[in-house]
Amino acid sequence: MPSLMNKESGWSDEVFSVLQNMGIRQVAYVPDAGHARIIELCQSDSHMRAVSLTTEEEGVALLAGAWLGGERGVLLMQSSGVGNCINMLAMIQECRIPFLTLIAMRGEWGEFNPWQVPMGQATGGLLRDMGVIVYRPDTTEQLMGAVNAAAQLAFAANRAVAVLISQQIIGFKNWQK
Amino acid sequence: MTPQDEITLDRREAVARILEDRGDALLITGLGSTTWDAAAVGDYPRNFYLWGAMGGAALLGLGVALAQPHRRVLVITGDGEMLMGLGGLATIAVQRPGNLSVVVIDNESYGETGMQKTHTHHGVDLAGLAAAAGFPTSRTIYSRGELEETVSLLYEACGPVFAVVKVEATVAPTVLPPRDGPYLRDRFRGAVLGDGASE
Ligand SMILES: Cc1ncc(C[n+]2csc(CCOP(=O)(O)OP(=O)(O)O)c2C)c(N)n1
Ligand SMILES: [Mg+2]
Repeated sequence: MPSLMNKESGWSDEVFSVLQNMGIRQVAYVPDAGHARIIELCQSDSHMRAVSLTTEEEGVALLAGAWLGGERGVLLMQSSGVGNCINMLAMIQECRIPFLTLIAMRGEWGEFNPWQVPMGQATGGLLRDMGVIVYRPDTTEQLMGAVNAAAQLAFAANRAVAVLISQQIIGFKNWQK
Repeated sequence: MTPQDEITLDRREAVARILEDRGDALLITGLGSTTWDAAAVGDYPRNFYLWGAMGGAALLGLGVALAQPHRRVLVITGDGEMLMGLGGLATIAVQRPGNLSVVVIDNESYGETGMQKTHTHHGVDLAGLAAAAGFPTSRTIYSRGELEETVSLLYEACGPVFAVVKVEATVAPTVLPPRDGPYLRDRFRGAVLGDGASE
């Protein structure tokens, strides 16, 4: 099993409690190792429905439907998954549907796999091009506030908001294991 | 390949027949022709039309169905639109929403862009794919009789239900429903959530 070096994932529990407090019901994901703990917590919460996807764009459509039906959701994905979502995000922008995504970054801070770099470097810009507001906390301390503020902006002000979770927070993938 | 002479259903008639029994079911339509088909039957607040988001209709339906488990949710989309989101069949089957039905109006072509043949023309069996993914009910409809037998399943069978309706590759007149995203969104939420829609 892949493991992450250097970091604890205690931040995951705190992020999860923000999701709980914000009344998140549908949790769509294509897994990234950095989200492993949050996914587990969501799966074991009886008020949340964890929806495993085959591709990230499914999550954009799913969460649009969730909100049209009166539920809030979040999309958990890796930065590479943002590339799979672009056209579907046009619907979010055109309909101004609240949309929250927490993105585990790859391809930047201390990346080992060169194939992650192009999409990781383009992630923030592409999201902004599609009308998504991007928060990019650099430390675990800033992360909590960012997720809280992002959820508020998404669901109170009806906006699309992404929180990019840096490899500085998640830690590097351990290729030695 | 489906012999074209087996296909006798008219898309407008088929969609009208399906919607005749909808009651208070919520309706999501895929971009293009299926949206015009639904609009030809009538424009209602419980309809949400996709004017884009190709490949997303069934998943959007899943999101609504999970959020509104006590209402029936019907997705009507095209074969091209469904082919773009095939993985979604697996996602839906795993979630097993009892209240979701997905209908594909299959003219074996990308009608909206000039009738180029889709994979279903070359034998790709969408109902077979849905069944293999785990949809408890999945069938292909070629005739009026089969359509009659299936309509009640769309609204009553424990889902997810999948039905492919083979229709003639004819072009029906375009009937345009509203298209402004915020308008469609607010109208649908108002119909579903009532006073809670402004939350
Ligand atoms: C991502 C994307 N690719 C291509 C198109 C162009 N396009 C619009 S409608 C359509 C065909 C849809 O075919 P189908 O779902 O079978 O509907 P039909 O008109 O045949 O009923 C295509 C390819 C688009 N709108 N979006
Ligand atoms: Mg077609």
